[in-house]
Amino acid sequence: MAQHIGPQTGHPPLIAMHAITKAFPGVLANDRVDLDVYSAEIHALLGENGAGKSTLMKILYGFYRADSGAILHNGRPITIQSPHDARAVHMGMVFQDFTLIPAFTVAENMALFLPDLGAVLDISGINHRIHDLSARYDLRVNPRAMVSQLSVGEQQKVEILKLLLADARLLILDEPTRVLAPHEVQALFQVLDRLRGDGYAIILITHKLKEVLECADRITVLRGGRVAGTLPRAEASEPQLVAMMFGKESPELQVTRQEVHEERMTPLLELLGVETRSQGAQTSLKAIDLKVCSGEIVGVAGVSGNGQKELGDVFLGMVKCTRGRKLLFGRDATNLSVREVRRSGVGFIPENPLTMATVPFMTVLENMALTQTWRYARLGGLRMDLQAIKLDIEEGLKKFGFSFSLYVPAKSLSGGNLQRMVIIREMMHNPRLIIASYLTRGLDVQSTIAARQSLIQARDGGAGVLLISEDLEELFLLSDRLIVLCGGRIVGSFTPNETSINRVGQLMTGAEALHVTNP
Amino acid sequence: MSLLSIAGVLSSAIFSGTSLLYTTLGEVIDERAGIVNLGLEGVLLVSASTGVAVAVVTANPYWGVLAAALVGGTMNMVLGYLVIHRQANQLASGLALMFFGFGLSALIGRPYVGAKIHALPRILLPGLSGLPRLYTSLFSFDPLIYLVLPAAVLAWWLLFRTRWGLGLRAVGENADIAYASGRNPRLIRYQALFVGGLFAGLGAAHLAIAYAMTWTEYMTGGRGFIAVALVIFSKWHPLRAVVGALLFSGAVAFQLLLQSSGVQVSPFLLDTIPYLVTLLVLMIWGGTRKQSAPASLGRVYHGTE
Amino acid sequence: MSRIPDQGILSRALGSKAWRTAARYLSMILLALLLFGAILLISGKDPLQSYREMFSSTLGSAYGLSEVLVAMIPMLITALAVALPSRVGLINVGGEGQLYIGAAFATWAALTFPDWPAWVLLPVMALLGIIGGALWAFLPGYLRAIGLVNETITTLLLNSVAPKLIGFLIFGFWHAAMDTDKTPNFVPAGRLPTFWGTRVHLGLIIALVLLLLYWIVMKYTRWGLEMRAIGGNPQAAKRNGIPLETYLVTIMCAGGAIGGLAGMAQVSGFYGVLLLNFSMGLGFMGFLICWLAGGDPVGIVLMSFVVSVIMTGGNLLQLTRDLPYAAINILLALTLFVVLARPTLLRGEKT
Repeated sequence: MAQHIGPQTGHPPLIAMHAITKAFPGVLANDRVDLDVYSAEIHALLGENGAGKSTLMKILYGFYRADSGAILHNGRPITIQSPHDARAVHMGMVFQDFTLIPAFTVAENMALFLPDLGAVLDISGINHRIHDLSARYDLRVNPRAMVSQLSVGEQQKVEILKLLLADARLLILDEPTRVLAPHEVQALFQVLDRLRGDGYAIILITHKLKEVLECADRITVLRGGRVAGTLPRAEASEPQLVAMMFGKESPELQVTRQEVHEERMTPLLELLGVETRSQGAQTSLKAIDLKVCSGEIVGVAGVSGNGQKELGDVFLGMVKCTRGRKLLFGRDATNLSVREVRRSGVGFIPENPLTMATVPFMTVLENMALTQTWRYARLGGLRMDLQAIKLDIEEGLKKFGFSFSLYVPAKSLSGGNLQRMVIIREMMHNPRLIIASYLTRGLDVQSTIAARQSLIQARDGGAGVLLISEDLEELFLLSDRLIVLCGGRIVGSFTPNETSINRVGQLMTGAEALHVTNP
Repeated sequence: MSLLSIAGVLSSAIFSGTSLLYTTLGEVIDERAGIVNLGLEGVLLVSASTGVAVAVVTANPYWGVLAAALVGGTMNMVLGYLVIHRQANQLASGLALMFFGFGLSALIGRPYVGAKIHALPRILLPGLSGLPRLYTSLFSFDPLIYLVLPAAVLAWWLLFRTRWGLGLRAVGENADIAYASGRNPRLIRYQALFVGGLFAGLGAAHLAIAYAMTWTEYMTGGRGFIAVALVIFSKWHPLRAVVGALLFSGAVAFQLLLQSSGVQVSPFLLDTIPYLVTLLVLMIWGGTRKQSAPASLGRVYHGTE
Repeated sequence: MSRIPDQGILSRALGSKAWRTAARYLSMILLALLLFGAILLISGKDPLQSYREMFSSTLGSAYGLSEVLVAMIPMLITALAVALPSRVGLINVGGEGQLYIGAAFATWAALTFPDWPAWVLLPVMALLGIIGGALWAFLPGYLRAIGLVNETITTLLLNSVAPKLIGFLIFGFWHAAMDTDKTPNFVPAGRLPTFWGTRVHLGLIIALVLLLLYWIVMKYTRWGLEMRAIGGNPQAAKRNGIPLETYLVTIMCAGGAIGGLAGMAQVSGFYGVLLLNFSMGLGFMGFLICWLAGGDPVGIVLMSFVVSVIMTGGNLLQLTRDLPYAAINILLALTLFVVLARPTLLRGEKT
């Protein structure tokens, strides 16, 4: 580990934020936050969802303006009013949603951000520079490849290279390991280590404790918009950080694991040898044999982009299988339409409620009716029974303990409330089979607990649940059985007791495939 | 079918295809920046009428060509103002521009209907001087025809080998990313529209000044819409647009040949062949493959906060 | 507390909104008139005099008003032909073509069955018009539903094909003489009845009924809900079980059917013959009116009225003042520009 230039040596920090305060309607996102970063340092910004990390970095990078406070660069105050200003002082940020243009090549994407790009493009020159940089930091990519063809990990490399090529000296990475598999995370840390050795300053936004303890030099914990503490890694420990992040014991979810009895199993859903054909950047499924029985939660683990979305879509009927059969409740359902699948008692909670499950401008009330329009249609479709919808919703709200307004447009709901809305809608009519995809992604602690509770309730009531998630802890917590998806194939199948998170992580990245016995 | 008639079809295709190609190239540039121009008919008509007017008044066809090109750029600016500054719907604005062009061109051209223009010189394609006169007349092309292929290469080079073109394509794919890279998407779209309009104006100039050599109301006959279809056909690539324009005008020339050689099919039905061929090719190639179209085509850019 | 909002409050809100809407349209028209007045001045005419004549000839006399209504009829229907598909996100620029084909089908009935009584012939013609327009829209709808080609392009291309087919039919099938460009006249049984001795024909009633039906369907019925869901988020709608592809094809055909009906109304109610190139941009005009009105039925009626006043008044100006027809196009375009350039005025309902 390289020595960092710290307070002892008398140099000012590369970037210092003093008493930054930012309020949005209804919430104080940052409350007199202090943060500084030195050259050749990795500084982790730790905190739960909603603690204010993203806001702080967006202020630093010029997307927002702080209400009060100052930003200093090498000891001198500066104003940052736009990303342009931020880049002018050699800051670069890699966002959670990559800012890459899929239709462009890697080189074109990088050229777009080069400050010294010539009027006539020097393609081979740019390729050379990319090659040199990527070799130096082991961020290997093919400059001529189209971004749409790259994996998520490779795209992240491009994002980092883009910053380096544009002469950034301070790199801000927002949740970089969210989309990476365990061994890719290790590779990233090695890259960061090398960068630090060359004097780069790095801010790492994350909520993953283990990673922080592995690679950061200093750690700042935010909680509720305030700094809960800043400490060097040597002085930090996991329980201590947890206490700083939550301020109290983190609420535990009580889960009783059901014993799996072979005899009383009635398969609700079976996929036999199912294959699909992919379009564009999607993954095709190959030779999927899967069973979900009544009264069990089957977890599907895998790095995002390995077939999870296609799996959910194939269940629902959005995507047709090119081979194999699908059985629903014992009957052949290979060619059923989405409507027919749902009508037979299937609920589907997709990974992104706003874009995949709701119509943003329609009211919550109308959105809730969409999955079952036939149920609420009167006079052969001439009228919709809004009153009946309302009653059903209110029942659902009571059952789950949620509450939100019914007459506002769906897009005005927060992410957590939107997810709750979808959960109620899908569970409102006691489905026999539920497919939940990335159920708790982006949710705060309260919503996460409520969502998981609802799945358990459903399972205890005899439903079968297919839970697709990238959160291994969640999967291990909730699943009765676990399968691992990699590259569109099932590469492992076991109960949580039989395996470990690490093993599953290995399988997820294709480290090896277990010979799969009949699940 | 005699060699002469084949040569005739080829020559006719080149003559009528040139204006189509210029127009298509202009629209490729516009759409690469994310803007669809359904008002091309109007733009072409106003450019053509102005070009003819200037050519007559100055007794010099070159001034006419220049005027047509500039007017094309200016008309596109009108679309730009509506679509970029006022954030109006692109399709509706284009159609309104089309009506505007119908009216304005008729007004401008009224005194010049049927007027005679000093023609642009016709230069024989080099290397063919040994052929009999029948053939040489077919292959004597005006300067605009000779310039059209270089123009296509120029369009390609601008889009794919310059910094400006990179930024333009970025705006057409994702204006927010373009903005994040320090560019001004609005300005770039205006620039794209102007340059595209220049190309379209050249197309109008060729049609009116070099080919028909006069002005008639509504003389563009739907070329504006055909160009929009050809842009998709050529997957937004200037060099492929050459193929598309040639194919379409070749089909037109071919069916004209059929008509004149006494084929017993109604000329109206034969007239539909080029459109049906285009439709067929679109169906086979797929005009809406997401990977080909600029991702932000048709979207209004709202800017960041 | 949890009651569905009071109907009374809704209608009160609507009332004030109606006044604001009216004020908006008025200010738009005034601005356009100002611009056009400038053009008139430049070309040496007296704008005030021209306007006075234009308004008195259209709105100031019963005959003028009736002419305005006559011109409105096809616009109302073609605008609806765009509005309905737009609710599911389809862009139907093929009104021109659907108009022609519907007219052709209706003409066939009129010319083939001259002996049928009106109460049989007219509904048959209407039905054929609907079928013709739906057929012409089927291919674009299907290609869009399977994700192959955008319907904007296919409808545009088919627009160019349709008038040529009409030409073939008029000359090649119905053997019109070379010096005319139309079929023989329709028998009286094949003409939509007119009112009060003017040229206003039954098409007006048809148009208004259709608009009312459209409003009811979108607001209250199950299909309206599902269509609005598709328009708002097609992938989500599909995930929720709404049959997306079925709707896309069906509603595109429905739009085409309405366009075909407009064609039938024109040849039966207005012309009484099938005339070559009888649509002078009616399909496009419908598209523009629909978009400017935001797909709202009341807006469609208002915009059609405004455009119609301009066109009718412009016609009369041309007759009396030697103003070229082109100028009317310019005035029209200027009005449209003004409306397009003020998105804040109209953006409210647009999805």
